[in-house]
Amino acid sequence: MKFLQNILDSARPAVTTGKLKPLYPLYNAIETMLFVPNHNANSGAHVRDAIDLKRTMITVIFALIPALIFGMFNAGYQHYKAIGLLNDAIGWLQFFTVDNFIFGAIKVVPMIVVTYIAGLGVEIYFAYINKHAVNEGFLVSGLLIPMTMPVDMPLWMVAISTIFAVLIGKEVFGGTGMNILNPALTARAFAFFAYPSFMSGDKVWINTTTVEGEALVDGFSGATALGQYASTGETTYSAWDAFLGIIPGSIGETSTLLILLGGIYLIATGIGSWKIMLSSLFGAIAISLIFNLVAPNMISPEQQGFLSIPFYFHLVFGSWAFSTVFMATDPVSASHTEKGKWIYGFLIGFLGIMIRVFNPAYPEGMMLAILFMNVMAPLIDHYVVEGNVKKRLKRLIISAK
Amino acid sequence: MEMSKPKEALFSKKNRGLLKDPMNVNNPITVQVLGICSALAITVKLKPAIVMSLSVIVVMALANVITSLMRNMIPNRIRIIVQLVVVATLVILVDQVLKAFVYDVSKQLSVFVGLIITNCIIMGRIEAFSLGNSPWKSFLDGIGNGASYGLILIVVSFFRELLGNGTLYDYPVVEKLGLYELGYHNNGMMLLPPMALIVVALIIWWQRSKTPSLIEKD
Repeated sequence: MKFLQNILDSARPAVTTGKLKPLYPLYNAIETMLFVPNHNANSGAHVRDAIDLKRTMITVIFALIPALIFGMFNAGYQHYKAIGLLNDAIGWLQFFTVDNFIFGAIKVVPMIVVTYIAGLGVEIYFAYINKHAVNEGFLVSGLLIPMTMPVDMPLWMVAISTIFAVLIGKEVFGGTGMNILNPALTARAFAFFAYPSFMSGDKVWINTTTVEGEALVDGFSGATALGQYASTGETTYSAWDAFLGIIPGSIGETSTLLILLGGIYLIATGIGSWKIMLSSLFGAIAISLIFNLVAPNMISPEQQGFLSIPFYFHLVFGSWAFSTVFMATDPVSASHTEKGKWIYGFLIGFLGIMIRVFNPAYPEGMMLAILFMNVMAPLIDHYVVEGNVKKRLKRLIISAK
Repeated sequence: MEMSKPKEALFSKKNRGLLKDPMNVNNPITVQVLGICSALAITVKLKPAIVMSLSVIVVMALANVITSLMRNMIPNRIRIIVQLVVVATLVILVDQVLKAFVYDVSKQLSVFVGLIITNCIIMGRIEAFSLGNSPWKSFLDGIGNGASYGLILIVVSFFRELLGNGTLYDYPVVEKLGLYELGYHNNGMMLLPPMALIVVALIIWWQRSKTPSLIEKD
């Protein structure tokens, strides 16, 4: 620590007054990341609280890490299972092996590194142009983006999606705290529409490369549970497997259990809004029950099958849990009023499951539902505030009489 | 008797401004934000965009001249109808010419040639300019605005075709460069309408950062 402190101290004159002054935002970012800054407020009343943007962000990172580590194991497990190196009789007992983890880490760590380099590159460039400090906002987005991607996503696509999301989703609106859309989901939506053959279908979720450059026979299908539902109306995965997360899917979203743990941690620390999570749960359950009611009226057996699945399937398959806990609760793009959060969350769950079931082209409706509700959040807030103003005006008139 | 004004040179500074201003500080798409719908619809490929630009230039210049010639005869109350008749006649002519000579492009442009009639830029320029100016000036104004509309269209479609399709004017650039073998893939998002808006937005961003006079004070 002393050694790092010495390096920073010796570099300080150069970046504050010397030749390297343009690099100050970068210096400042590194310094405040490593050490507690010695800024003191010098006037006026100020709120004393240990929590600042950095602590908030790092809490979310902690909440994400279990699901991320699990995702690495799962990537390896699905890979070895697909190429037939695992003993089917003992199944998931071979899940937590070093081999699985190493395979997953080799795939996932480069994605995380590329995301951070691409995203922070844009952020630092804008900090330099606009002469402000680098914001911490990208810390979480940079980890969320790789977790929403399939394991075989080419790195340059991850980089382009990240740059697009930070540039168009965030910086043009004024940077961290000003964005209308969730940057991580913007990146995923961009990748989804730009490179659909890498982001959807039944070939992308499991790495089936046996030797460098040689893929498994084409007949192999690694469809996600939702993909299976959309095409056949049933799935070969059990809800219990899906709850634990031993199913194909994007890197970080398969394990509902660990996401749930992360969610509890976020609620306990007060970072994530429990209102949004709970109302999203209500929304998802409500639409699933409606679907169960109308299912017998459907003509095609696939539709009937997809509509009649019990609600808890919807909660464990696909990214409902991940999106609800980590994406919908993004404090910037979510609704800000307390009443608004209930409406916002409810509609996310409701629309997400609805898109997932009704449109086979988008088996994952949660992404689109959250982006849509991000756009609607200011409208919800507006009417909640207006409603409050009206209520208080009425009270005023009564008391004036 | 009116005082006869001193005769103005054909390409006086003012007249050159009529041609030049729409290119930058008065651009119909990026500054006035007119004609956006067609900019979204026909910029997927370069070829239709070029044909569309030429059509709009022709229609705009001629419509401006004709309304300018009639400007003292048109009763004020029915001027919009007269303008529409003029523009519609020209658009039908252009449509027939396209069908006769470049049928495939005409099919790609489909309804959008007909919709030149409702292009806000044309109606806007007739209302704002040619109803109050001489035919020559109106002609220059029409050419200037049409060309700058076309310029944006061509720039947008250049990027959308290159990044979305890997071709330029139907020539397979990316394939010839051998990028596909390196693992490059076309960006499907570029072919979707939102990307046209975003490309236009990026052009606006770039233009404003270069032209401080366009930046609003707040």
